[in-house]
Amino acid sequence: MKDFVLHFEKPIVELENKILEMRELAKSGDVDISEEIQQLEQKAVKLREEVFSNLDRWQRVQLARHPKRPYTLDYIEQMTDWFQEIHGDRNFRDDPSIVAGLGQIDGRDVAIIGHQKGRSTRENLHRNFGMPHPEGYRKALRVMKLAEKFNRPVLTLIDTNGAYPGLGAEERGQAEAIARNLFEMSQLTVPVVSVVIGEGGSGGALALGIADRLLMLEYAWYSVITPEGCASILYRDATLAYKAAEAMRLTANDLLELGVVDEILPEPFGGAHRDWKTTADTVRTAISKQFKQLEKLKPETLINRRIDKYGKIGVFEEA
Amino acid sequence: MSSWFKRDKENLKSSQKREVPEGVWAKCPGCETVLYSRKLERNFLVCPECGHHNRLPIGGYVDLLSDEKTFKELFGELKSLDPLGFKDSKKYSDRISAAMKKTERNEAVVTGEAALHGHPVVLAIMDFQFLGGSVGSVVGEKIARAVDYAVENKRALIIISSSGGMRMQEGILSLMQMAKTSARLTRLAKAGLPFISLMTDPTTGGTTASFSMLGDLNIAEPGALIGFAGPRVIKQTIGQDLPEGFQRSEFLKDTGFLDQVVPRLEVKQRIAEFLSWMTGRPTVLAEEAKVEGE
Repeated sequence: MKDFVLHFEKPIVELENKILEMRELAKSGDVDISEEIQQLEQKAVKLREEVFSNLDRWQRVQLARHPKRPYTLDYIEQMTDWFQEIHGDRNFRDDPSIVAGLGQIDGRDVAIIGHQKGRSTRENLHRNFGMPHPEGYRKALRVMKLAEKFNRPVLTLIDTNGAYPGLGAEERGQAEAIARNLFEMSQLTVPVVSVVIGEGGSGGALALGIADRLLMLEYAWYSVITPEGCASILYRDATLAYKAAEAMRLTANDLLELGVVDEILPEPFGGAHRDWKTTADTVRTAISKQFKQLEKLKPETLINRRIDKYGKIGVFEEA
Repeated sequence: MSSWFKRDKENLKSSQKREVPEGVWAKCPGCETVLYSRKLERNFLVCPECGHHNRLPIGGYVDLLSDEKTFKELFGELKSLDPLGFKDSKKYSDRISAAMKKTERNEAVVTGEAALHGHPVVLAIMDFQFLGGSVGSVVGEKIARAVDYAVENKRALIIISSSGGMRMQEGILSLMQMAKTSARLTRLAKAGLPFISLMTDPTTGGTTASFSMLGDLNIAEPGALIGFAGPRVIKQTIGQDLPEGFQRSEFLKDTGFLDQVVPRLEVKQRIAEFLSWMTGRPTVLAEEAKVEGE
C-alpha cells in the first residue's frame, strides 16, 4: 500500500524517484548534477500537467478511490481545533463505517459526520470498507438532531461506495434508515454543508448529503450507482465500468453542469493523496465561508430554500 | 367496469401480458390452477384459489381505489428527456419511446386526484412495466407535484409503489429525485395531512429508500418483494443463498418496517378506515354516496 501507484501515475512517480535518487547522489557527490536535476524536475512538471489535464472519467474514479487519499478522520485531524468522536445509534450498535462527533473548525462549534474507510485490510474489515449499515445512518441522524438542539451547524463528509447490501442491513431496515435521513435532514433548523471528498455511491452517500450547500473535491465522483454496478446491470459486464463511468457523467465538473453541486474544490497537483494538508486547508476555508453565509439565514428560510433547491433538480419536458 | 377490464385499449392488454397470458384461460403462477381469465380480472388479478397477487396494471389500481368516475389525472403531460445523452446497448431515448409505446403512458407513474370511499385523496400509482418503474426526473417531479397538490387542496396522499429503484440512465439527476421527493414530503407532514404508502411487488432500491418508506403508515400487498438492495446483489455480496421469505412483505412486517400486510381486495376499505381515524371524516361507501347524490 505504501507504494501504491495508479497506472497513469506511474511515469510521473518513476521520474520523481529518479530525481530523488539523483539528489542523493548529488549530496554524496563529487560531480555537479544540479542542472540535470533541474531539467528532470521541469520534465516532471510537464508530464504531470499532461497526464492530469487529460484525465478521463474512469481515471478520476480511480483517483477518488486512491488508497492514500485522505479519509474523514484525516480531514478531522487536519481541520479541527478540537474534536471528540461520539458513538452509537442508541438502539443497536456503533457502526464504525460512519464517524460522528463534536468539533471545532476555525473557532466554530460544529457537528461532523462522515463515512470512514479503512486503509489496511484489518482496518477495512473494521470499517466495513466505508459501507454503512442502518445503525450508521441512525447514529448520523442522532448527532444531527443533537446539533440542532444546541444550534450548531452540521458538516458531513461523503466517501462511500454505497450502503452495505447484506442480510443484517436489510433486516434492520437499510431503506428506512436512508429515507428517514433524507426526510429529517430536509428540515434541520441548522445549516448543513456536505463535501464529497472521495466516492459518492448512491443512496448510501445521499443519506448524509441533504445540504444547504454541496461541495465536491475535484477528483471525487458522485452518482446513482457505482460504475461497476451500472456496467453489470446495463452492459451485463462489470469489467465495462470504465464505459459506464463515461456514460453516467459522475465527475465534479459534470455535477456542476447538471446543477447538483454548488462548488468544486481544487485538489493539489496530482490529487488529494499527494498533499493532505493543502487539501484539508482548501476544504476548511470553503466550509467556513459557507457556514458564515448560511448562519445569517433564519431557520425557516434555510429549510424552505433547502427543499426548493432539490425541487429544481431534474430535466423534463412539459407540453 | 371500466376500461382496463374490457381490454378495449391496447395498453392494458400489453401491461397484463407478463403474468396473465392472453386468452380465455390463465394459469395462476402461484398455484398453477387454470382459471377463467375474466374471473381473475374481476378479482383484480388476485387468484381466487390460492390468493396469489399477480402484478396489477395502473388502471387496475385506479379502479380498485377510487370511487366510480372520480379519478382525474394530473401532471400527465410531463415527459422524460435524455439529459446525459445516455447509451448502453440501446439509447435511453429509444428506451423511453419503447416504454411509452408499450404502456401507452408518458412515464412510470400516474398521478391524479380521486375520492376513496368519499375521502379526498391524491393517488400516485407506479408502473413496473415502464422501464422497471424506475424513478427519473419525471417520476420525481410528478410525485413532488402530487405532494404540493395534496397540500394545496388538503387531500391525503396515497402512493402505490412498484419500482426497481432509481433510473440509472439519468445518473445523479435520478438520485436527486430521492432528495426531492423526501424533502417535499416534509411539507405534507407539516400540513398535518395523511400519507399512506402502499408497496407492491416489487419495491426496491432508492424508491424504498425514499418516499415509499416515509408513509405515516407503510402497508404492503402480501408476498411483495420489498428491500433496499436486490436479492441478487445481496447473494453476490454474502456468497450464500437467502433465507426463505427474505425481503417479502411478511418479513418486513416481522422486522418492524411495515404496519400491516393487506390483501388487495381489502385495501380500499382499510385505507378508508385509516383516513377516517386520521382526519375525522366519515367513510362514505360508494353505494351510500350514490343514494345521497340522488
